[in-house]
Amino acid sequence: MGRLSDAQRLELYRFMRLNRVVEERLVNLYRQGKVVGGLYRSLGQEATSVGTAFALSPGDFVSPLIRNLGSVLVRGYAPRELFAQYLARATSPSGGKDGNLHFASIERGVIGPISMLGELIPVMAGVALAAKLQKKDVVCMTYIGDGATSTGPFHEGMNFAAVRRLPLVVVGENNHWAYSTPFEQQMACASLADRAKAYGMVAVTVDGNDVEVVWEAAADAVARARRGEGPVFLEAVTYRMKGHAEHDAQHYVDKAELAAWRDRDPLERWARALADRGIASAGDLARIDADVARLVDQDLEVAERAPSPAPGAALEGVYAESRPETEPFFLRYAEGKR
Amino acid sequence: MAELRRVEEGKGGTTYVEALHDALWEEMEADERVLVLGEDVGVYGGAFKVTEGMIDRFGPDRVIDTPISEDAIVGAAIGASMMGLRPVAEMQFADFISCAFDQITNFAAKSRYRTGVGIPIVVRGPSGGGVHGGPFHSQNPEAYFTHTPGLKVVQPATAYDAKGLLKSAIRDEDPVIFFEHKFLYRRIREELPREEYVVPIGKARIARPGRDLSIVTYGAMVWEALDAAAALESEGIDCEVVDLRTLLPLDDETIFGSVGRTGKALIVHEDTKTGGVGAEVSARITEHCFESLDGPVLRVAAPDTPVPYAPPMEAFFLPNAEKIARAARALAGY
Repeated sequence: MGRLSDAQRLELYRFMRLNRVVEERLVNLYRQGKVVGGLYRSLGQEATSVGTAFALSPGDFVSPLIRNLGSVLVRGYAPRELFAQYLARATSPSGGKDGNLHFASIERGVIGPISMLGELIPVMAGVALAAKLQKKDVVCMTYIGDGATSTGPFHEGMNFAAVRRLPLVVVGENNHWAYSTPFEQQMACASLADRAKAYGMVAVTVDGNDVEVVWEAAADAVARARRGEGPVFLEAVTYRMKGHAEHDAQHYVDKAELAAWRDRDPLERWARALADRGIASAGDLARIDADVARLVDQDLEVAERAPSPAPGAALEGVYAESRPETEPFFLRYAEGKR
Repeated sequence: MAELRRVEEGKGGTTYVEALHDALWEEMEADERVLVLGEDVGVYGGAFKVTEGMIDRFGPDRVIDTPISEDAIVGAAIGASMMGLRPVAEMQFADFISCAFDQITNFAAKSRYRTGVGIPIVVRGPSGGGVHGGPFHSQNPEAYFTHTPGLKVVQPATAYDAKGLLKSAIRDEDPVIFFEHKFLYRRIREELPREEYVVPIGKARIARPGRDLSIVTYGAMVWEALDAAAALESEGIDCEVVDLRTLLPLDDETIFGSVGRTGKALIVHEDTKTGGVGAEVSARITEHCFESLDGPVLRVAAPDTPVPYAPPMEAFFLPNAEKIARAARALAGY
């Protein structure tokens, strides 16, 4: 396993800042009523998304969940594309057909989720299975929350990947909450890693709010998968600092616990570490922050200017070949178009 | 099933199950992207022997024995198809497709629409009753899937179609749910062309031409409908039998053409009645052929119960030539 260069450490900072600022702008848009549907934050979890995705190589595949906006930024998606998704514009990666991080591009190595949690694990196991058969140098990475490790597809996918020793890294994001349900009501296991070990999988638990620690563990997991040693489960312990979505005021969360985790904010921690280790001055970080703000402003403007999709485009793309709807004969008859 | 017995007596030719095996084999020979995955498909050759011998010919990388995990079988097929492979996922019995419902209806069916990434997979398995399999080995789950935009749903009635449609399904760019009627597996056989052929998805066939009424059906019920038509011939009732072959998308042209000619429609399926494929066919006929109709659109289908186990109850439950003939007689006399 290699080490991060200082330039890469600054890149991690930049991506975490970008992740946070994009989401802050999305909150503004949400409050203005411009976001179509819900908005799910990853506040406080940015180190997990960014640190893990940063460990992948260009030909690898990553499959984000809705709190992994940072992962797709690392994989090269531009803020304007993500804004367009939330605003349901024609220019969005899904062409307005779906929201938030629900999009995919095989060329760009990103396969978005469906809302039914757990299902990505079998699918990414399939991507890894194919890559192995095709003798391609591909590692797959996907995410699962503490709550979704209780689903059947999680079990089936983990077991399948382990049995076939597939090059898959599953990042278990333990943010302590599944909507309003705490970890203790989700499972009797002490950790997510305990669940993974039951499948005969290598499983490690790390501080998900320390981006360099996350990166090191992810780089190790990716290297292991790439060497053909089978799947790895990486539990990142973090905390969901907001409600399930913006509408949720998280009244069920203990205020003292929330405050304790606020002190462990991954972005501020990383900024302090960079300064303490003499890697970046306050001015260096301020310059990055300004660059990020400029990029986000520009991209938001582009996304907001983009048109909504044509309503009739709703009919397109269900099948490879287009299949026009036939108007009932009776309608045509009644309207004299016989 | 007199028609079936007649076919069975001639021992030459290829059975329905052999036709499926041959289709899969030929596609795997021709295209190295094709792979098979499912429970006991490898060393054992599949519970019904559709994949017999394939692991020896194509190896365990392309004929994959999986854990008992229907959701993961279909999920892995979806993922592999994204990488350019052509996976064929076997459900040991079509009843168990319910365990993979989410992957099929939410992942595979919606992927192209939502993301532009097509999912060229086949999910195939034996459906249908008549073999005393009881509530969990006899079901006809097609209607769950014909209600899902993005899928194609196929059910062949003949060995010829079993082979030709499976080849088309494997080559299709979209997810195809392929129901094989297990009652037909070894009960029908016919001489198949030596040369390569496919049967296009989305095209019905006229199994028997007739003037008085159209019996629109599919799967094993095609044979029951043909038996009923043969019996009614002596009564001077000339039935046309339309074999749908593909249930999604429906071949409106062939259905409307037939009903337009005969003016009467009787829809027959082995699946239970409420919300079945027959309901959709009936609605379409009413919307498009109202001017041509000379009688109500009727349905003969299984009653709305689970498939019962005891043979007398199952026989009571299943539609058959007699029940079809009774409805056809009433409709012809209207």
